[in-house]
Formats: sequence, C-alpha cells, structure tokens
Amino acid sequence: MGTQTTTRRRVTRRRALPVLALPLTMALLAACSGGAADADDAPAPGAEAPAPAEPVDLRMTVWSANEDHLALFDEIAAEYVEANPDLVSSITFEPLPFDEYTTAVTTQVAGGNPPDLAWILESTAPEFVESGALVALDDVLAGTEGYAVEDLNPDALSLWQSEDQLYAYPFSTSPFVVFVNDDMLAAAGQPTGRELLDSGEWTWDRIQEVGGAVKQATGNDGFVIRDFEYAQWEILATVWGGFGASAWSEDYTTCQLDSPEMVEAMTFLHDSAFDAAAMPAPGTTADFFAGQAAITVTQISRASLLDDSFAWDVLPMPEGPAGQQNVIGQAGIGVFANAENPDVAADFLAFFTNPENSARLGQYFPPPRVSLLTAEQLKATNPLLSEAQLEEVVVQGLEGAVTKPAHPNFAQIQQAARAELDSLWTPDADVAAVLGTTCERIQPLLEQ
Amino acid sequence: MTTTAPRPSATTGSPVSRRGGAPRRPWLTYRRRDNLTGLLMVSPQLLGSAAFVIGPLVAVVWYSLHEWRVLANEFTFVGAGNYERLAADPGFHDSLRATGLFSVGLVVFNISLALALAVMLDQKLRGTAVFRTLFFSPVVVTLVAWTIVWGFLLQDNGGINAFLEVLGLDGPNWLRGESTSMLGVVVVQVLKNVGLNMVLFLAALQGVPEELKEAARMDGAGPWRVFRSITLALISPTILLVSIITVVGSLQVFAQIAVLTQGGPGTSTTVLVYYLYQQAFQFKEFGYASAVAVVLFGIVLVLTLIQWGLRRRFVFHES
Repeated sequence: MGTQTTTRRRVTRRRALPVLALPLTMALLAACSGGAADADDAPAPGAEAPAPAEPVDLRMTVWSANEDHLALFDEIAAEYVEANPDLVSSITFEPLPFDEYTTAVTTQVAGGNPPDLAWILESTAPEFVESGALVALDDVLAGTEGYAVEDLNPDALSLWQSEDQLYAYPFSTSPFVVFVNDDMLAAAGQPTGRELLDSGEWTWDRIQEVGGAVKQATGNDGFVIRDFEYAQWEILATVWGGFGASAWSEDYTTCQLDSPEMVEAMTFLHDSAFDAAAMPAPGTTADFFAGQAAITVTQISRASLLDDSFAWDVLPMPEGPAGQQNVIGQAGIGVFANAENPDVAADFLAFFTNPENSARLGQYFPPPRVSLLTAEQLKATNPLLSEAQLEEVVVQGLEGAVTKPAHPNFAQIQQAARAELDSLWTPDADVAAVLGTTCERIQPLLEQ
Repeated sequence: MTTTAPRPSATTGSPVSRRGGAPRRPWLTYRRRDNLTGLLMVSPQLLGSAAFVIGPLVAVVWYSLHEWRVLANEFTFVGAGNYERLAADPGFHDSLRATGLFSVGLVVFNISLALALAVMLDQKLRGTAVFRTLFFSPVVVTLVAWTIVWGFLLQDNGGINAFLEVLGLDGPNWLRGESTSMLGVVVVQVLKNVGLNMVLFLAALQGVPEELKEAARMDGAGPWRVFRSITLALISPTILLVSIITVVGSLQVFAQIAVLTQGGPGTSTTVLVYYLYQQAFQFKEFGYASAVAVVLFGIVLVLTLIQWGLRRRFVFHES
C-alpha cells in the first residue's frame, strides 16, 4: 500500500507540473508582452505613415463632457468622415474626467493603446512636446488648402513648439478674468466692480479690502482664486503676475519662488486668508457661481456657469504693484506618433482646426487665430457677454498674456512644491522662509 | 487490477503482434478522465489567476527592474537601480513612516473599539440588535461616498467643528494640520470598518461556552479574570484573524488619502500606496512605482508570516 501511495503522489506531482507551469508561463508571457513596447517599434515623430488600406476609426480624448461641446465635435467629425470616406469610417470623442485626465491618457499610452489625438493641458505641454510622443504638425497644417497658417498667433503657439516644430495645436486660448457679484458687493456697502475699475481702484490691495468687508458684512467669502484650493498653487500665477513674479525662469531651470516679488505676492495671499479674511481659509470651500463669494478669478470659459440669480460683471485682471498682467490658460490637441494612424489623425486635426471650424469652436474655445479674435467675431458665438465685455476681457486679455507655469517635469515639481507650500497656509507661517525651502526642494527637479 | 500493455521487445526490436497479445488499453482511462475533468474544472480559476494575479505580479517584478519612460516609449533595463534609488529616497522613507503610523493607529483603534463594542453588544439586553445594525451599517456604505461625507464634516467650517463650537470648544483644521490630518484619516477608516470586526468578535464571543465562564466564577474568578483567562483565550484565533486583516488592509489604504488629504499636508499622510500611485500615475515613473509595489508586497508577506508565526505563542485555542 505504501508503495502504491508513493507512486500515486509522484504521478500527481508530475501531472501537476504542467498545471502549475501554465499560469507561470502565461505570467512570463504577460510580463514580456506588457505595454512597454520596444522603442524601435515606434515610428519616428513626424514620419509619414502609409495610407490606410481601409478606412480607419479615430479616437480623440477630451476632458469636456459638455453635451454642447461634444455635439459640435461630432458635427465637425461627421463632415470630415463624409468628405473622406476612404480615410476614416468613424471618429470618436472620449471624455475623461479632468482631474485624472493626464493620468488616464498616460495609462492608455503605457497600455499600448494611445488615442489617435488627445487634448493636452498646458502644464504638461513641455513634457508631451519634448518627449517625442507627438507628431510634428507643421507640414500637415501648411499643406492643407485654406488653412491659413499665417493667421495663427505666434505667441499662442510658442508653448507647443520645440526646435521650431509645432507638436500640438492650441485650440483653446482662454484668458483669466475676474467675475464680480455686484449684488453681494452692494449688500456689503461696497462699490461695484465696474465702479472700482472706472475709478482706477481695480487693484489687488483694494480687492483685499473689499473682500474683507464682504466677509464681515455678509458672512460670505470675499474673493476666491477658483480651483486653487490650497493645492493647485500654479493657478496663483493669476495673482503673482501683477506682482512681477514668476515661478521659475523662462528656460525652466532656475527657481524664482523665493524672489522678493514672489514673497510680496504670497504675503498678500497669506494676509488675505488669515488677517483680512478676504479669501476662504484652507479647508473651506466657496463657489462664486453658487452665490457664496463676491469675486472670483477664473477663465472666461466659466461664464457658462452664470445664471440670472445675481447681478454680475466680468472684468480684466486687476493691477498689482508691478502693474496689470494678463494670464491665459491654454489647451492643445496633439497627434500620438505611436497610435495606429498618425497621418490620418493629423489630417483630421487640420480639418478640425481650419478657419471655418475654428470659428465654430470659438463659441466655447477662443482660438489662436488673429482674424477670429475680434469682439465682433466672438459676439456672434457668445450671446452671454456683450461686445464691450468681449473686447475688454478676451481680446485685450490676450495681449501680452503669460501662461501658467509649465515644465517638462511639471507633475513632480507640482507635487513637491505643494507639499512644501502646505506649511505656508498656516496663520503664523514665515512666508519668505517657506518659499526659500520650496525653492531648495524643487530646484533639483527643475534641473532634471 | 489494471493490466499493462506489452512493450516492444528490446532484444529483437520487433513489435509484439497486437492481434495475438492482450487487448490494447484505452488511452482515456478512468484515472485520466478524472484528472482531465478536474483540470477542466479548475482551469477557469487557474486562467483567471494567471491572467489577473500571477501575471501582473511577475510583470511588476519585471517592470521594477526597468526605467520606463512612457511618453518617450523607452524601456531600459536598470537592474536593481530602482531599488537603490528607493533606499536613498526621502519621499519613500516619509511614506514608510506615514504607513507605519497609519497602521499602528488603525490596528490599535479598530481592534480595541471593535472588541469593546462586541463585548457590550453581547449582552442579552433589548435593543442590542438595533445597535449592531447601526455600527455595522458603515461597512456596506460605498467607501468613497463615506470618505467624501467625512471630508465635508472635517473641514474647518464643517460639522465636527460646528458641533465642538456648540460645546464651547475651538476645533482644529483637522485635515490641514500635520498632527491632526493622520488622526482624521484613521478615525474615518476605523468608523468605516469597525462594524465588520465587531461582528467577527461578536460571533467569536457567542461561541465561548457559558459553562467555562461559570466554572471560572465558581472557582472565584472575578469578571476581569474571566474575560482575560476564558473569553480572550478562546477568541484568540479571531483576534489573530482580525489583526491580520486589519494590518494588511491598513497597508493598502488609498481612497481615503486620495479623497481627504492627497497625501498632505506636506507628506504627513502620503502612505505607501498613495506614494506608489503618485510615482506611477502622476509622475509616470512606472518602473520606479513597480519597485515600490514589490517592496509593499514584501512588507505584507513578511508581516503576515510573522503574525502566523506568533499564533503558536499567543493563540491559546484553535480548532
């Protein structure tokens, strides 16, 4: 019996081996065939891929789930499909949540399934542009009949270029503006935003005073830098621009968060939060568009959140000690070189952003085309804002504008600086010391 | 009783005639059929495990030996480079510290509270069923929804501080203070899962024979002595189980951190899994993040082995 038992065990073990080997083999195969494609397999950025043997399906990732936006995109795409039945059979717009947008796109790329085209945030523009992941667009755009490349504003393109090549098209160039709740200001016995502007008092210092008065009189918050929430510090560029400060040098290599101008700007914000109580303190939230704050700084595209529940106005960025500084937020569209049909995708991008379609997209996304950036043109597609407001905050808001901080290593820098700046948002913080520490922390990351 | 088919002759090399020999044994014997049936039955599970557990596990180890620049599509073998970098990375050390703090806090609060609630609700009193349901109900609430609600409650102008103000107390800014943010996260997690551990303890307590406690009382043991020497001893397997579940679970905390603090203020709540997430999905350092995942796997494995090893010493009764 003992012999028989031993034999059965041996047989069982022997037969178990293939069973165990199966998952291990699959595991190894999975490991070896993971999303990490060999670099040599990728077509060189900008290289022309052969024309598809049969019509292809294109996919563009976007961060807007707005039904009106998507309907317009579908409309333009349908026209392209109809005009090019040999090239494409369908074009899909895939909305991804804004907060996780870059993460989701990167994960798709890592998984070997990049979208054909993708919206790209300005903060990550240098990273995408310099990575080699995107196709150069210059030849395609210039070669498209009626595209009018010379109409594109060179300043709007600079963030998306590397070595004189354009790697993404800045389809949205949206200025930051100030929305004002005039009803709330009146309830606090304060002048309206327009009155402050007309009297030459449209300054950050005055906004701080007005904000503090609103808080004291109504209990609502004074001014809100929308989306900042004591974490997205790069949005504070809308404030520190008026103080003459910037996060780092134009060549991305030198931290300037500890400059005297930045210390002054951050001290202003610190005082606004903790001394004047003019802006919501850390850990509290206030939504201007829900009537919880008197003043907010955000992009003009947020005007769609306004309704008739209170009297509002939209004004240009206020003046700081260094004068008035316009700030814009940009979004680009890039074509992934590793996607299956970069040539078709680039051709569709040229159609999607040609002068006619740019005008249609302009009702939601201010285009980088000079000919379209007039109050008259914008008014045709923006019924909410008057021609005078569009001239004041959009057309003039783009003049000499700077973008928010961007860097090829932005994600790491953002996180590292956020962690350091957390200690700035306490009542007794030493602003200069915290900013000095922040620079020490991010300087190596800037140089990477 | 099975017969064996004759082998070809080794001396002549000529095959033995089948016609004149014993009938050929069918290939699909009962044993083979049984084995094949068994293999077919377990194959879905095996394939699932291979594709979704073992495969990714091996892949992560493989990735951890590479620098993977996703956008540039570069995948370079760096050997132990990522592990060497981890050893010198202050961010990783901070995340280990935060993870340790969270785990200790969670295990101590969770097990103490769960045991205390279970003992209280083990009494034969009216209304205990209501309280059992009440304490267990957070377990079935969606984690993210639970955390978002607590995020509002823990705001500076949120419900907790409003309640404290009624009592004449000035509450801290829970999620913005370095010393209070971790406490806030731990409390949110304890209240979410304490009901599950409470039920496990309750089931164990109800399995303790009453006659043993009665015998101890007759021998002169007081209530504490009965609890310590009889009840705790008999439920020690459950305590071990709960502690393993809680420790392993504490090492995997992510959603609470992502929703409540995003690892801040500073890096005070950047636990290991959140650090891994940052490296992989925010910084696009998939190779480096894989090394963090391998280290996390090792930590969980070692802790589990240690706890199982300790059961001989501390578990007094195991069926």
